[in-house]
Amino acid sequence: MSVRKIAQRYDNRAEMLVQVLVALVQQNGWISEDDIRELADALNLSRADVHGVVEYYHDFRTEPPGSHIVKLCRAEACQAMGGRELAAHAEEVAGGDTTLEAVYCLGNCACAPAVMIDGKTYGRVDAERLDALLASLAEAAS
Amino acid sequence: MSRVRIYVPRETTAVSVGADEVAVAIAREAKQRGADIELVRNGSWGACWLEPLIEVQQGDKRIAYGNVAPDDVPMLFEAGLLEGGEHDKRLGPVDEIEYLITQERWTFWRCGLTESLSLDDFLAHQGFKALTKAWEIGADAVIDAVTASGLRGRGGAGFPTGIKWRTVADASGEQKYVACNADEGDSGAFSDRMLMEGDPFGLIESMAIAGFAVGANKGYIYLRSEYPLTHSILARAIDTLRDAGWLGEDIQGSGFDFEVELHLGAGSYVCGEETAMLESLEGRKGIVRYKPPLPAIEGLFGKPTVVNNVVTLASVPNIVNLGGERYAGMGVNRSKGTLAFQLAGNIRRGGLVEKSFGVTLRELIETYGGGTASGRAVKAVQVGGPLGAYLSAEQLDTPMDYEAFVEIGAMIGHGGIVVFDDTANMAQQARFAMEFCAIESCGKCTPCRIGSTRGVEVIDRIIEGDNRDANYDLLVELCDTMEDASLCAMGGMTPYPVRSVLKHFAADFATGSDT
Repeated sequence: MSVRKIAQRYDNRAEMLVQVLVALVQQNGWISEDDIRELADALNLSRADVHGVVEYYHDFRTEPPGSHIVKLCRAEACQAMGGRELAAHAEEVAGGDTTLEAVYCLGNCACAPAVMIDGKTYGRVDAERLDALLASLAEAAS
Repeated sequence: MSRVRIYVPRETTAVSVGADEVAVAIAREAKQRGADIELVRNGSWGACWLEPLIEVQQGDKRIAYGNVAPDDVPMLFEAGLLEGGEHDKRLGPVDEIEYLITQERWTFWRCGLTESLSLDDFLAHQGFKALTKAWEIGADAVIDAVTASGLRGRGGAGFPTGIKWRTVADASGEQKYVACNADEGDSGAFSDRMLMEGDPFGLIESMAIAGFAVGANKGYIYLRSEYPLTHSILARAIDTLRDAGWLGEDIQGSGFDFEVELHLGAGSYVCGEETAMLESLEGRKGIVRYKPPLPAIEGLFGKPTVVNNVVTLASVPNIVNLGGERYAGMGVNRSKGTLAFQLAGNIRRGGLVEKSFGVTLRELIETYGGGTASGRAVKAVQVGGPLGAYLSAEQLDTPMDYEAFVEIGAMIGHGGIVVFDDTANMAQQARFAMEFCAIESCGKCTPCRIGSTRGVEVIDRIIEGDNRDANYDLLVELCDTMEDASLCAMGGMTPYPVRSVLKHFAADFATGSDT
């Protein structure tokens, strides 16, 4: 769906800017300069307004991500269960087409460490389980 | 044989450890065996350490099986799952599990019990009873009940809910709003999520009651983006209620109009601060507003707005049904009622424990939690999220009471409890508190924006042993500045965990040599 179509779904209401950007990132994975220009026009905002909002929120990537997005929870509950070590392990083993991101809490804190892979949350993830999950991504791709 | 009901939770934690795969395996196995089953997707009871926890209906009992993996399913059927048969993973009737039956479920009583997205099941379990009663007794009586209950904001600030509602009700203006804060960003916190996933209709009923009480016809839910399953459940619940005439104009012929709009956040922690949330709901950067004006007077789009956390709102229906005095009869001192504590981090039996205020940390961590997951000694416990203090093992007898926590330089916050064992390096945790603030600061005020970055640097120097004493003093001074001069709790409370580490775990800084 084009940027303008998405904006239309929210009746081109300027106060829906965050929601339009959320939908755009869900669809495309990122927000381009062209998207910002089109959105500013559609919602009757300045490019600076839209740019500022894009820049503010962590979810709004301005570069295309890899084919898989792995979000590692780096917050305290996961730290208490080896989250730092898991993140270091992930850096080592993740393939080049995988985008690794830090996230501060997936709300799965009773079954830490937690990771989210392509929008799905996994709990009780140790290095071995992470390897298996990443391997299943690679398998699905081949 | 008649149809057998099998419950498999559709809730993030259960699903994160395989509940969906278990549900598929059960359906497949039943089909192969020609067994007549009804799969019910309920919420979670909150015994996270037993997830996936499935139940099989046997008469009026529900027989639970814990930690079920997809591979277990054929063997479970073989062992007579459909008759509640014996198996290693059989836990017995769910209403006899000690972890659950010793709780005081005022707010979470429907979680786990009902099929989350079945309106019929909701109605069969007192659904909309409180809203209907609210219409009968009138808005004033609802606010009076909430005031009498002593309910305080469960998001962390602990502001009396009745006073807030009265302020909005008395504020002038035709248009008012209810804004439900579902931006549960604290690490160790997941009670909002469990409530929304396990009892979505209950939350929406609660918002409607708030709307009726203060004269608002529109509610917003601001949900964090890290909860995609919650989002799909809430979106479906809203559609279902709209279709059934429980949302929209003239609800059930009562003359009361109420609509709910579901918004997603975009990964900003500070948007859990109420005014930053309002900014985000208006489509802007989630930057904190100056107060006053209070949101109750000038909130969303400048209109009087009730901003309440999910759990605060969800505590209201039973207050309306059973009376504020009943709720006020639980708890201690000025901490009335119950709180849904969340046991997280390095804990053997993690999960949600709703208890009256006054319960001690020790009871929660030892009796319910069973100590650390690693089996090692508890070293530190962070209560109330990333802005909460780290308590030492000597402080575990502190009762859960807002004021008692303030007295020891801590806060209960949203009730998240994160346990660390004795392998934790607390200097690193203090550093992380500053680092997190630097990452998440909205940037509006200097003490938070700059102070957090300087804080990381100063802590690094202390850890390295560079001019330790002078840097230690500097850190304390920096904490004073951030605490006194920040605009909101982000910068204002980041010093809490830092100071608590300086106080209780100073030895952890002494890893380098002084120069």
